[in-house]
Amino acid sequence: MKLIVVDHEGNEHALEALEGWRAMEVIRDWGFDIKAECGGACSCATCHVFVDDTWIEMLDTASEEEENMLDMVPDVEANSRLSCQILMSDALDGLRLKLAPSARGDE
Amino acid sequence: MSESIMKTDVVIVGAGPVGLFAVFELGLLDLKCHVIDILDRPGGQCTELYPEKPIYDIPGYPVITGQQLTEKLMQQIAPFGAEFHLARMVEKLDIQPDGSFVVATDAGDIFHARVVVIAAGGGSFQPKRPPIEGIEAFEGKSVFYSVRRMEDFRGEDVVIVGGGDSALDWTVSLAPLAKSLTLVHRRDEFRGAPATVNQMRELVASGRMNLVIGQVSGLEGANGALLAVRLKTRDGSEISVPATRMLPFFGLTMKLGPVADWGLALNDNLIAVDTAKFESSVPGIFAIGDINHYPGKLKLILSGFHEAALMAQAAKKIVSPDERVIFQYTTSSTKLQKKLGVA
Repeated sequence: MKLIVVDHEGNEHALEALEGWRAMEVIRDWGFDIKAECGGACSCATCHVFVDDTWIEMLDTASEEEENMLDMVPDVEANSRLSCQILMSDALDGLRLKLAPSARGDE
Repeated sequence: MSESIMKTDVVIVGAGPVGLFAVFELGLLDLKCHVIDILDRPGGQCTELYPEKPIYDIPGYPVITGQQLTEKLMQQIAPFGAEFHLARMVEKLDIQPDGSFVVATDAGDIFHARVVVIAAGGGSFQPKRPPIEGIEAFEGKSVFYSVRRMEDFRGEDVVIVGGGDSALDWTVSLAPLAKSLTLVHRRDEFRGAPATVNQMRELVASGRMNLVIGQVSGLEGANGALLAVRLKTRDGSEISVPATRMLPFFGLTMKLGPVADWGLALNDNLIAVDTAKFESSVPGIFAIGDINHYPGKLKLILSGFHEAALMAQAAKKIVSPDERVIFQYTTSSTKLQKKLGVA
């Protein structure tokens, strides 16, 4: 199962992902620059990513809790999601995400 | 040294769960602590990020929230009378010739301590800065992350960004003073208190402020003086609104901050420590909890508690080098129970 991540420099990486892992955990486990300071509790909005338009429909709709946290994202777009709320599954094999500037570790 | 300097055995930087439990372990060894935190209440991440979220891996508590854990810890450490200095950030940490430390905060406090314990988690909580090109140049002059004096906004073109309580409260408070006020939020739903949301809606309906659903895409101005804010509205169009003041309210995030300048050996922005004393590369400065690094480190609250206990033994040897310390249990030691006020 692959997760395609576009990093802050615009380079694309195909990361091996495991079913049931949160996309945030896959990104962090591979050592990419993502703050994710609350550790996946949907409480900080620092694992923000942009979902590729062709994939956005494949994801479950954001919960009210996630929508509330997206309000705390300063560079939010229509395709913004919190990567801690995306659970990897066969249906998401090949999911393409772009890391958001506001979720960089040094921001 | 002047009299305003507070002398103490230990200064603890950070009032999160691990900093709080350090008060307990140090207190059992008769060490007096001052605790400093940038937030205005103890608890750190537990109360700032997830006060209502359940934690399932605190030994003895099948489930406890961040808020409850903080309250229990405050209760547990109450007998030791640690002094709390909240809503201030430690800016400077200077090593004295005798190996003690002078710690200074941005509120002007100065402490003289034998031991410093850094329990700062992910660093200091700071307002989230929107990644807008050139915003740094306007900060402190036209762009502010809090309101110190409402008068500074009188007669100004004010843009407030965000949808939570801070954004709404200041919208309602500043609208009567400002020359113009525009609230910008990504969606037409607000998390703030319903009464305040209604007040804001009334201000919009009566034409005393503007509400734009969209986001800030750019800033216009020069030499720190903001003139206008460019907004991308939900339908994709770009508009420009006059703005001499902007207040972005996107909550807080943790930044390492001044810790990086204290001359400690760091490992990827974490303080490198040994696993017997959890001491940094500078003798007398310890680091416990999420901010430290050692082989096998797990960022768990319970790991921080263990680190606090071992750190306290080493701190005691620094403060009272000649005292023979007997290792005792709270269950059986009358001496320890007296310190806890239960015997």
